[in-house]
Amino acid sequence: MNPEATKVWNQASARANADAHARRRRVTIDPITRLEGHGKIDIFLDDQGDVERAYLQVPELRGFEVFSLGRPAEEMPQITSRICGVCPTAHHMAATKALDALYQVEPPPAARKIRELVYNTFMVEDHALHVYILGGPDFIVGPQAPPEQRNVAGVIQKVGVEVGKKVISMRRRLRELIAYFGGKVIHPVLGLPGGVSKGLKPEDLPPFQALAKDTLEFALFTLQVFKDIVLKNPEYVKLITSDAYTHKTYYMGLVDERNRVNFYDGLVRVVDSGGKEYAKFPAANYRDFVAEHVEPWSYVKFCYLKPLGWHGFEEGPQSSVYSVAPLARLNVADGMATPQAQKARDEFFNTLGGKPVHHTLANHWARVVEMIYAAERIVELINDPEITSANLRVIPSAKPTVGVGVVEAPRGTLYHHFETDDQGLITKANLIVATQNNAARIAMSVEKAAKGVIKKGNVSEGLLNMVEMAFRAYDPCFGCATHSLPGHLPLSVSIYNRERKLLRELVQNA
Amino acid sequence: MPDKPKIGFYWCASCGGCEEAVVDFAEDILGVIQAVDIVFWPVAMDFKKKDVEAMPDKSIAATLLNGAIRTSEQEEMARMLRRKSQYLIAYGACAQLGGIPSLANQFPREQLLRYVYEEAPTVVNEAKTRPQTASRNNGYDMTLPEFRNVVRTLDQVVDVDFYIPGCPPTPKITKAAIGALLEGKLPPKGSVLAPDVALCEQCPRKANKPADLSFTQFKRPHQTVIDPNLCMLAQGIVCMGPATRAGCEAACPGGNMPCTGCFGPTSRVQDQGAKILSSLCANLAAREEKEIRGVLAGIPDPVGTFYRYGLGKSMLRRKANMPVETAKNTP
Amino acid sequence: MSDPKWQPRIVAFFCNWCTYTAADLAGVSRFKYASNVRVIRLMCSGRVDPQFILDALAEGADGVLIGGCHLGDCHYSEGNYKTVRRFQMLQRLLHDMGIEEQRVRLEWISASEGERVKTVINDMVEQVRALGPLNLPQHRAEWDRETAHPAETALPAEAAGGVQLAGQRAQPEVAHA
Repeated sequence: MNPEATKVWNQASARANADAHARRRRVTIDPITRLEGHGKIDIFLDDQGDVERAYLQVPELRGFEVFSLGRPAEEMPQITSRICGVCPTAHHMAATKALDALYQVEPPPAARKIRELVYNTFMVEDHALHVYILGGPDFIVGPQAPPEQRNVAGVIQKVGVEVGKKVISMRRRLRELIAYFGGKVIHPVLGLPGGVSKGLKPEDLPPFQALAKDTLEFALFTLQVFKDIVLKNPEYVKLITSDAYTHKTYYMGLVDERNRVNFYDGLVRVVDSGGKEYAKFPAANYRDFVAEHVEPWSYVKFCYLKPLGWHGFEEGPQSSVYSVAPLARLNVADGMATPQAQKARDEFFNTLGGKPVHHTLANHWARVVEMIYAAERIVELINDPEITSANLRVIPSAKPTVGVGVVEAPRGTLYHHFETDDQGLITKANLIVATQNNAARIAMSVEKAAKGVIKKGNVSEGLLNMVEMAFRAYDPCFGCATHSLPGHLPLSVSIYNRERKLLRELVQNA
Repeated sequence: MPDKPKIGFYWCASCGGCEEAVVDFAEDILGVIQAVDIVFWPVAMDFKKKDVEAMPDKSIAATLLNGAIRTSEQEEMARMLRRKSQYLIAYGACAQLGGIPSLANQFPREQLLRYVYEEAPTVVNEAKTRPQTASRNNGYDMTLPEFRNVVRTLDQVVDVDFYIPGCPPTPKITKAAIGALLEGKLPPKGSVLAPDVALCEQCPRKANKPADLSFTQFKRPHQTVIDPNLCMLAQGIVCMGPATRAGCEAACPGGNMPCTGCFGPTSRVQDQGAKILSSLCANLAAREEKEIRGVLAGIPDPVGTFYRYGLGKSMLRRKANMPVETAKNTP
Repeated sequence: MSDPKWQPRIVAFFCNWCTYTAADLAGVSRFKYASNVRVIRLMCSGRVDPQFILDALAEGADGVLIGGCHLGDCHYSEGNYKTVRRFQMLQRLLHDMGIEEQRVRLEWISASEGERVKTVINDMVEQVRALGPLNLPQHRAEWDRETAHPAETALPAEAAGGVQLAGQRAQPEVAHA
């Protein structure tokens, strides 16, 4: 063959091979369900029908950091809370703390206690939402149960109507407490630099004290439910500890001065996959440790440990991927600050083989341990004599420049960073939202779970749900993660053969 | 026994707060579930889009759709639900007015993308990678939906029958609206299903609202300790109450902070931001230009303050002289 | 881009007692001034609701002129003070919304100042001519094309090396899961 013809032949051959390579078998889950936000999963099968790659794509964006430009900084707690109507209090509190830093003011002790009281109340009711309504159904009803049962109605069937009513009533009362201080529970208004807007009148104290007591009972009850339904079932335990749902990454969370879990305040601590401390830093230094990586197939950015550089969606000693949220928080801390929670935490680690625990599904259990801690904190704070004080504000006098606030949202570490001009109008905003910190690990978990459960081309709805369970354990909030507006796409799973002929379409709920 | 009316809840570009608002019916949700057949509610129940598509047109009694419209899929879903529903109800501030996300109409889409994916202080992206509506990765073709240059209200995309206002709407307002629907006692098409008076009417601080407002200064909330009993305006604090529809029973003043306008205007006002500007700014004590300027400096961000929830619905809708990027003219 | 035949279109709100009377005077005195202004008579400049101004601009006006009595001379005492206060804030708002401040103008013109009506109007027309058309209705129509023609606003895949998906979808056998 003459060289020209050879060249043409090789080019055509390369093109044809590339096309064939592209026409792999592909399974799409769109959208994923029972979470806050929006996402789809693309799974690519090789010729044997085993999973080659899986991608979790988050398809939306809103742009809070840009349309906050020019806004008065004191409005940011209420503006950023609209990132998410499920966890508005987390954004509200992170922004409020960023304002404290911006104006260099410390709230008076009573104001700080009110903030913590509201915040821990929010943690309990939001965790309860996930345990019983969003993620919990996977365990309480069973991961391969039919979809009509995999929701709160199925949960109520399993645990009984009385328990169902208790969950609803408990959440309502907790949310009423938040509305007392915050005006309303969805998008509360209490946060100001240097304080809170409203105090607690002594005559209003007794019902909240009763609520606190009931909340602790409820949290302990939830742990019992979890133990009875999940831990006593060997199938579930096998699932939790299976390799398909296990990742060895770094972990990040807030700790107090004694390295105990704290949702409201503290230093950020990072431990490696062996449990050894890698870093501990105040919120203001977050940029030394947190970086964001961009991929063309998703609107969510993927956080990683900046000093280590991005090494891809990998785990193990070279990886810079880290994880946040309940499992991570327990992994980074040396203990819990309250007795019942400490007991539950010890039981958790003793059962799962010591610290750190790498089983993603153990997040569900860790979440319940955290409910107990938050409930005990509520009891402590509501019975603190200072809680009814009227000294709630320090009026800022310093010129605002830059402030970073950090809290532990239910779903993980949340950073708000604001810079302003002399008038306190936003000139720059940067938000690192909890689920972004988890985004890389979530993507890995989805792929690993897909590889673990889909084999030889066997794709069923129940198996697909098990793939979804991998991300649901993180209780992700993709609305938060993309500072976007979640929308809703129809869910469909499309299976193509190598000639890109559509073989089958599984249509599921949206 | 007649079939129960079919109801649906759907979300477009939303934060999820409107879904939470329905969950906040708490025990009362059981009464709703008994009276209606909820055919879809993404956050809490599973449903099949195919089943909804297969429904005869107008077979759903009412769909409550929350969230603004920013992507082509959201436009498609809005249009489909319009076909399938007798009543399409815009639920919440984003669907009715554009909501806080419509503040993005003050910025070009390119600025959003460039900051989020290149310029934000924590982003490391030398290759300037951007999410693509279609991309090939490791040999696999992947897609993302695209989002528009402009944030829109629901009625800027489809015909809307009623509006339930609020960010989010209160359970009380929502229950009243659903009740009216079930009893067939609906006002004329296009009505907002909330009281048609200004918030001041419902505010417990009304008793000391000044008859003659005369601001000498505007104070921002962090610059002063707010008296929990006095009218906000009397304290020199900007409150949207006079230009905002009642219905929430003054929730935010209940938290000792001013109203920010989330229920939108009454029926007699077209542009809520212009109206509150008119009312507040007209009533200063200052009479000399320089002095006036000094007082008005106490409101540093008119767009964010007067149009916090309503930029999408405002007369101007979007900052003028900003491009609309299409595939043809994007560099 | 700009239509060579374009003429600035300006809406003017004149108060009955001062500026409108001055405009009458200008007419009677046969002062020649640009015909680009459509005058609307109100009883007082304080009657000008900012919604009128925004509406005029949104409906296609290139500029809005408000004329009232000199401060201290308002027929209703306080009306024009309200006007000047609202006007200052409105100009700031328009600036933040990308509309040049020179498109909206407030002038105090007393009943005897017929000549001033002429000079103000002529001056404003030239200022607005220099700024060019505002064209808000046309811009709005341009924006709204993206909802009618989804394909046109796709982020360009080619520019960043992505690939358009090809292939038709065959009729699927649908299995409900």
